[in-house]
Amino acid sequence: MFDLSGKTALVTGASGGIGAAIARTLHGKGAKVALHGTKVEALAALAAELGENAVVVPANLSDPAQVEDLFKKAEAALGGTVDILVNNAGLTRDGLILRMKDEDWDSVINVNLTAGFRLARAAVKGMMKRRWGRIIGITSVVGVTGNPGQVNYAASKAGMIGMSKALAQEVATRGITVNAVAPGMIATAMTDVLNDAQKEAMNSRIPAGRLGTPDDIAAAVLYLASNEAAYVTGQTLHVNGGMAMI
Amino acid sequence: MSDVAERVKKIVVEHLGVEEAKVTDTASFIDDLGADSLDTVELVMAFEEEFGIEIPDDAAEKILTVKDAIDFISSKQG
Repeated sequence: MFDLSGKTALVTGASGGIGAAIARTLHGKGAKVALHGTKVEALAALAAELGENAVVVPANLSDPAQVEDLFKKAEAALGGTVDILVNNAGLTRDGLILRMKDEDWDSVINVNLTAGFRLARAAVKGMMKRRWGRIIGITSVVGVTGNPGQVNYAASKAGMIGMSKALAQEVATRGITVNAVAPGMIATAMTDVLNDAQKEAMNSRIPAGRLGTPDDIAAAVLYLASNEAAYVTGQTLHVNGGMAMI
Repeated sequence: MSDVAERVKKIVVEHLGVEEAKVTDTASFIDDLGADSLDTVELVMAFEEEFGIEIPDDAAEKILTVKDAIDFISSKQG
């Protein structure tokens, strides 16, 4: 089950905790992976750890030209195709709306949503020809529930869910599935900065009683990327320890 | 039948899985050959690849019949 031998994958934001876990998991199941990110050293270290069948494709996703270029570079590095696209890259620029600048809104929407759109548009072409493709967006529980201080982030993540559903309908007849994975609170560099009291308060809201791990998310991505999930499309798989049952 | 027409019809037959006899010059991809909107996009992509040309979106929108495709491609090939 879930064998990805012979498949290729582009994972954006692979220098982050969740992105790296996704890349490791897909690679572990036989996929050749292209690792995108902005931290070139971290990507190179991950590629070295994975060994064969891992290539590094850095790009700044705020720049449309670099996004187009990224897809071409990834295809070339992977030997001509991207079978699995994981739109994982994302950033936060939190703040209450009264203090949120246009730049904070724009940068979050550009990287979290628009770059994913551009990559999906580029990827669909080849996937349609091959009659096989997987597009997986890493959204967030807050895209569905909202969260104070994150109007930009929540909008970008909700946008990703809507985009996935629309695209899923466009390409379903071509063997391409489009889904989203919505992590809840995951232990990464982003949550490491919280103090114990904050973490405890958070855990108390999670029925599972713990934060999630990047591997919890990677497992969900692997499932959606697999042949076995061929009949699952337009869905959002919530991986959150029960903190929001939606 | 010109070379272009022959190649266009071959692509249409292969892509839409229709009988060759149905692929007449005046046949409309959507109304007569059962194509959906995604099929028409794929056909344009296939024409671009086969003939090494680029078909801009505004031109692609006007390619509704087999003849439209043949005429456009012939005009590009001068």
